[in-house]
Amino acid sequence: MSLGLLLVQGLNGLQFGVLLFLVAAGLTLVFGVMDFINLAHGVQYMLGAYLGASLAAWTGSFWLGLVLALPAALVCGLVLEWLVFRHLYERDHLSQVLATFGVILFLNQAVRAIWGSAPLQMPVPALLEGGVMLMPGLQYPVYRIAILVAGLAVAGLLWVLVERTRIGALVRAGATHAPMVAALGVDIRGLFMLVFGFGAMLAGFAGVMAAPVLSVDPGMGDTVLILAFVVITIGGIGSVRGAFIAALLVGVIETLGRSLLPDLLRLVMAASPARQAGAALGSMLVYIAMALILAVRPRGLFPVRG
Amino acid sequence: MRAALVVLAALAAAPFLGFGEGYSLTLLARVMILAMAAVSLWLLVGGAGLVSLGHAAMLGIGAYAVVVLDDVRITDAAVVVPVAMGAAGLFALVTGAVAIRTSGVHFIMITLAFGQMAFFTASSLAAYGGDDGYTLYGRMTVLGHRWLEDRLVFHYLCLGLLALALLGTQMVLGSRFGRVLRAARENELRVEAVGFSPYPYRLVAYAVAGAVAGLAGVLLANATEFVAPSYLAWQRSGDLLFMVILGGLGSLQGAVLGAVGFVLLEEWLGHLTEHWRLIFGPLLVLSVLFLKGGLVGVLRRG
Repeated sequence: MSLGLLLVQGLNGLQFGVLLFLVAAGLTLVFGVMDFINLAHGVQYMLGAYLGASLAAWTGSFWLGLVLALPAALVCGLVLEWLVFRHLYERDHLSQVLATFGVILFLNQAVRAIWGSAPLQMPVPALLEGGVMLMPGLQYPVYRIAILVAGLAVAGLLWVLVERTRIGALVRAGATHAPMVAALGVDIRGLFMLVFGFGAMLAGFAGVMAAPVLSVDPGMGDTVLILAFVVITIGGIGSVRGAFIAALLVGVIETLGRSLLPDLLRLVMAASPARQAGAALGSMLVYIAMALILAVRPRGLFPVRG
Repeated sequence: MRAALVVLAALAAAPFLGFGEGYSLTLLARVMILAMAAVSLWLLVGGAGLVSLGHAAMLGIGAYAVVVLDDVRITDAAVVVPVAMGAAGLFALVTGAVAIRTSGVHFIMITLAFGQMAFFTASSLAAYGGDDGYTLYGRMTVLGHRWLEDRLVFHYLCLGLLALALLGTQMVLGSRFGRVLRAARENELRVEAVGFSPYPYRLVAYAVAGAVAGLAGVLLANATEFVAPSYLAWQRSGDLLFMVILGGLGSLQGAVLGAVGFVLLEEWLGHLTEHWRLIFGPLLVLSVLFLKGGLVGVLRRG
C-alpha cells in the first residue's frame, strides 16, 4: 500500500461523501420539517442519473443533459409528493415506510421496463476529460475533482440558504418546532413543498453527477438511500451541518475500508482469507462506526431537537 | 384467533384437496415459513411497538447457519436448529442492545443498517458462494432419519412449527412479560413510573423474535435447498413488514393472514406479467392509504 493509493482512495472517499451529502441533505430536511420518513428519496437519485444519461444522449451534450435533468427531477419529486406523500404526513412512521417502499418497488420496476436491466453509460464531458498529476506517475481524473468541487459548492450554497436567509430561518424553525411555526402564520405546507422539491432536485443533481463514474442501474438508488440514512442518523436528524460532516465521514470510511482493509489484513494473515475477511469487514465498517457513535450519542452527533 | 385457525385448518387439509403436487406444496411451504417469520415480526411491531426494518437478517442468519454446518457435513436438525436459532438470537441480542436505546425513526434506520451489515457480510462470504449463493447437499436429517425428504412430512412440519410459533407468541403476549411490553408500547412514561424499565423487556422480545425468525430461516433453506444473500436483502425486510401491516396490527392472526395474502398476490401477479411490481407497488401504497386495520380489520367489519 503506497501513499499514492491512500491519496487516490481518500479523494474518492471525499467525492463519494459529497454525493451522499447531496442526497442526505434533502432527506434530513424533509424529515426535520415534516417528520416524514421517505424511503423513496433514493429513487430521486436514480431518476436523476437515468434522466441525465438519456437527455445527454438525446441532446448530444452532457451540459444540456444536466440542465434539463434538474427541472425533470424536480417535476418527478413534486408529482410524487402530490400523488402519494401528502396523504401520509398525518400517518405514523410505519405507514410512511411501507407506502414509500411501494413507490420504490414501482419506480425500480418502471425504470427496468423503460430502460432495461443493463447498466447505462454516460460519457464524461469533453471539458472535464483527462487527468491531473497528483504526484509523479499518479494521474487523477479531472471529472472526479469536478464532482468534489461542485458538491462542496452546493454544500456552501445550501449553508448560506439555510443559515443566512429568511426561508432558511423558517426551515430551521420548522425542524425545531413545526406546530409553533404554523401557529405564527407560516404556510408550513407550502414551505414543505419547497423543501421537498429542492431536496428531490439535489438528489437528482447527485445522480447526474455520479452517472459518468458509477454504474447507472435500477438498484443504484437503494444503495445510496441506505447510506444516506446512515448519514442522517449519525449526523442527527434535521441537521444539515451534521449531515455534511457525517456524509464525508461515511464516504471516506466506506471507500477506504473497502479498498484498504484487505491489504491491511494481509499483514497479519494469509492472502486468501485476508481478502475475504477484508471485504466482509470493509463493507461492515460504516455500520460498526454508526453503532459505536449511536451507542454513545443515541440522537446522533448534532441533534436538532433537545 | 378464528381466522388464523381457519387458515391453519385449510393448510392441513390442502394436500388432500388437490394441492398435493410438488408445485403447490412448494408454494404452501413458502406461505407457512414466511407466516412464521411474520409472526415473529408481529411480536415486535404489534406487540412491543418496535418497527424493525431489518428482520430479514434474522431469517437469513438462520439460513446461513444451515449453510455453514452443511459445508462441514453437519446436517442433523438436533444440531442445526439450536445453532441457527442461537446465532439469529445472538445477532438480535447484540444489535438490539444498541438499537433499542433509540426509538421511533432512529430505531427503523438502525435496524435497516444492521440488516444491510448482515447482507454485505453474506455477500462477501466467498467460501459459501458469495453473491451467487450456496446449494445444500440435501435437507436436514432428524436424529439420523431422512424424513424431511418426504414432501408431506415437510409440509406438516412447517404447519406444526407455525402453529407452535403462533401459540407461543400468544402465550408470551398474555403473560406478565407481554403485558409490560404492550404497556410500554402504549405509554413508556407510565410504565417507568410504575417501576418497570422497558429496555430489558424489549431486548428479550427482540432476541426471541430473532430466534424464531432464525428457525423460519432454517425451514426456508431446507425448503429450497439453496441459500443466497438476497434472503437478507432489505427489500425482504420490507416485504415482511408489509405482510404484518397487510394482515393488521390489531391481532396476532393478522401476521398469518398477511403472509398468505402477500405470497398468493405475488404469485398471481407474477403469472400475469414479468413487470408485476408495477402493479404490486401501487397496490401496497393503496393498501397503506385505505386498508386501515388490515385484513383483520376488514374481517371484523364484514
